[in-house]
Amino acid sequence: MENIMQIKDLKTYFDNTNVLKGVTIDIPKHEVTSIIGPSGTGKSVFLRTLNRMNDVISTFRKEGTILLDGEDIYDSKVDVVDIRKRVGMVFQKPNPFPKSIFENVAYGMRVHGAYKKAQLQEVVESSLKNAALWDEVKDDLDKSAMSLSGGQQQRLCIARTIAVEPEVILMDEPCSSLDPISTTKIEDLIHKLKNDFTIIIVTHNMQQATRVSKYTAFFLNGTIVEKGLTDKIFIEPEDKRTEDYITGRFG
Amino acid sequence: MARNWEEFFIEKILLIAAISSIIIIIAIIGFVVGQGYTALGTIGILNFIFGLIWNPEYGLYGIFPLIIGTLSVVAVSLLFAVPLSILGAMFLAEVAPRTMRRILRPTIQTLAGVPSVIYGFFGLIVLVPFMRTHFGGSGFSILTASLILTVMVLPTILSISEDALRSIPVEYKEASLGLGATHWQTIKNVIFPAAIPGVITGVILGMGRAIGETMAVLMVAGNVPLIPTSILSPVRTLTANIALEMGEATGLHYNALFATGIVLLGIIIILLLIVNWVNYRQRVTIGGGYL
Repeated sequence: MENIMQIKDLKTYFDNTNVLKGVTIDIPKHEVTSIIGPSGTGKSVFLRTLNRMNDVISTFRKEGTILLDGEDIYDSKVDVVDIRKRVGMVFQKPNPFPKSIFENVAYGMRVHGAYKKAQLQEVVESSLKNAALWDEVKDDLDKSAMSLSGGQQQRLCIARTIAVEPEVILMDEPCSSLDPISTTKIEDLIHKLKNDFTIIIVTHNMQQATRVSKYTAFFLNGTIVEKGLTDKIFIEPEDKRTEDYITGRFG
Repeated sequence: MARNWEEFFIEKILLIAAISSIIIIIAIIGFVVGQGYTALGTIGILNFIFGLIWNPEYGLYGIFPLIIGTLSVVAVSLLFAVPLSILGAMFLAEVAPRTMRRILRPTIQTLAGVPSVIYGFFGLIVLVPFMRTHFGGSGFSILTASLILTVMVLPTILSISEDALRSIPVEYKEASLGLGATHWQTIKNVIFPAAIPGVITGVILGMGRAIGETMAVLMVAGNVPLIPTSILSPVRTLTANIALEMGEATGLHYNALFATGIVLLGIIIILLLIVNWVNYRQRVTIGGGYL
């Protein structure tokens, strides 16, 4: 088993508030890893540290190392733009740009210098097919992305992310604002996507974690209490706190 | 009971306050229209608006050169002010560190509070001689007036544009950065396009200020009521025309100045209608989205 990302003793601070207090975990390639845990335990902060999205906040700083393919993503020689291209992100609320469906998917390629119409069209089509959205929108590519339903918008955001061919896709509770049918579609999609991408998904939904992921990490108060195969964690957890959480006794 | 009476009186006072401001505006517009209306009748609307010569001594009341004067001064000042304001707004909204923004924003807003006669005085003493030396002519020109107006409308356009840029949901910005776009690409391709309705509102309000500005323009524009031949020609604006001649005007001349006021009011009302329309569209396209 090959690890695409290795996170070692990661600590994060906003001003002097310590959020992550030493997180160490390896992310296996072409697998789905779930991050579970109660609210406010640093799951989202952890995810946003993996593509350097927290850099936008001026008071943010971190200790420890994050390796992507063995390379430190916070190294001063590394281009943050390149890291975000290699580590894509799908957000909690669907956030398509107020542009057409086509332009949403083409956006990433455009900012990376692709401009040939034929090339854009090809990638837009294949990305929408991969995101299981093509059949629903193929005749309306020029329509505003805002005209789609919430679930379609979220699949559009996934299509937009895979269009730039990242190695890792971070998903921050991607189904939390969606109905059960849309959620099922996204979960099916995650199953399919792991053949080509490594996926790290934050979720509050225990069933979702068991359905979509091979590995799970349980976060509590800025540390990982337990991590390993999802089946093992949910069937015979080693830590009492993990058991309490997954059986719904707190959180 | 005493409470109820208090409520009753306060509500009535508020009502009177609200209505009185409306009544005052209607009274002013009514007075201007009433005074100017007879002149429009006597001169003829087309002769008045498209007449090429303004010479009250010979009974010639054509304000076309004055309309061109106003439009040219406003257009050239916007040519300077719009790009400057938008880039400045982008800097303040997206790039400037917090402390720098705290200093710059009030400084720029102070520019809006400086009395226009101060700008005019500065223009007359500093800018006019400068233009005379470096560009030739008298120094009183469209360009000089536009430069002064640029400084005067900049705070309006800049602060409204900045508010518009700041109001764009952070989710759009994160989506763009998350796809590997640079900060500038994100501003240019996502944040700015989404903020355009707000920026247009700012530009139109700035334009309204430029059209209505009288004193500063009057002091540096040269006030010759002829159609300008170049950017260095002196011009007279609609507002300057009223201010310059109101003191000694009588009879038809007096009414023709009010008619000039009607044309000004018309232009401003059209601009305000456009602003309201743009604001409406902004609500529909951004507020109506999912975010």
